[in-house]
Amino acid sequence: MRKKSKSMPDKVWIISGLLLFLGLTTYPVWHNLSAHTTSKGPDLVLPVSAKECVAPLSYMRTSHTKLLLSWRDEVVRQGRRTYAAADGKVYNMSLSGTCLRCHNKQKFCDRCHSYAGLSTVDCWNCHVDPALAEGSKR
Amino acid sequence: MKLTRKEFLKVSGACLLGVSGKKLLAALDNATKKEAASGEVRWPKHWGMVVDIRKCREDQGCAKCIEACNAAHNVPAFDDAAHEVKWIWKEPLAAVFPEQQTGYEQNALKDVPVPVLCNHCDNPPCVRVCPTDATWKRPEDGIVMMDWHRCIGCRYCMAACPYGSRSFNWVDPRTHLTHLNPDYPTRTKGVVEKCTFCPERLAKGQPPACVEACPDQAMVFGDLSDPRCEARRLLASRFAVGRRTELGTGPNVYYLV
Repeated sequence: MRKKSKSMPDKVWIISGLLLFLGLTTYPVWHNLSAHTTSKGPDLVLPVSAKECVAPLSYMRTSHTKLLLSWRDEVVRQGRRTYAAADGKVYNMSLSGTCLRCHNKQKFCDRCHSYAGLSTVDCWNCHVDPALAEGSKR
Repeated sequence: MKLTRKEFLKVSGACLLGVSGKKLLAALDNATKKEAASGEVRWPKHWGMVVDIRKCREDQGCAKCIEACNAAHNVPAFDDAAHEVKWIWKEPLAAVFPEQQTGYEQNALKDVPVPVLCNHCDNPPCVRVCPTDATWKRPEDGIVMMDWHRCIGCRYCMAACPYGSRSFNWVDPRTHLTHLNPDYPTRTKGVVEKCTFCPERLAKGQPPACVEACPDQAMVFGDLSDPRCEARRLLASRFAVGRRTELGTGPNVYYLV
């Protein structure tokens, strides 16, 4: 049997193991610090032209995808093109024509989606951002 | 009282008949009431187009209908014919009506360009083969619609269409668009597209873009179920032909010759 040493012969291993453990567990903190990310939410530019959306804010925050999908089906499959909001206002069901009339795609949609880590939003493969259309020339 | 099995079955059968009969009567009653409430007989709409080849100036280089359609629907322009995307385009008369040709090469009309587009058939073969319902015939007005959200790009519809009215996006169409109309989506690589008779314009009470753009009103659009509409009057007064009618597709684009 080995004789016990008072001066901890495995000190090097223990301390380096502890340091490695600390480094690994705190890695997210270092990573975020070096990438200059903060816990602050996305810097959204809100519309100035309108005060209210087609549905209450809480609904739009959680379920705008559902609303857009139902608009898509109504317009394309059923041929209904107008949407009556809860307050009685009637809107044209159009992503480019109604949503983007108030919202800025880059500074609203994209910023929040990239903050939330949603990489694939295919709407814009086909639907045209009016800002992009302005840049195109005949 | 004791029922035999036979009597029990008779009684329960009679009860069932009674209940279902009552429901049927109520349903019939409701249906007649609804019809009476709407007050008018609603004609099923049946959009169709009549193209007057004699008025059309495509042989003089006019392409206003094509340009208007391409601009309105973000149809890209490709130099490579293999990548071509077409909604409305010109074809020589001999190719549009191959079965009408006499075979005599001196036929003066055979090279006359004729505008061709989707025929919005009564019995569309493209709809029959689509595995995802991305293309379907609208029961309300007969338009053969496209849902680009659902198209998986299998191109069965292209193989089925005898008129070549459908095009496939082999490359991203945005790279070949000089002008973007924000009111209409572009398509994306991997989907099939074609003329849709402009339902977005019809919903606003406007005629299709090509019809509006024609300087000579060579294209007349109308509800063929309405005997008073101009398209029907033209069809009643002039000799008209449809493309490849022998196939049984029932095209709704007619050509006045």
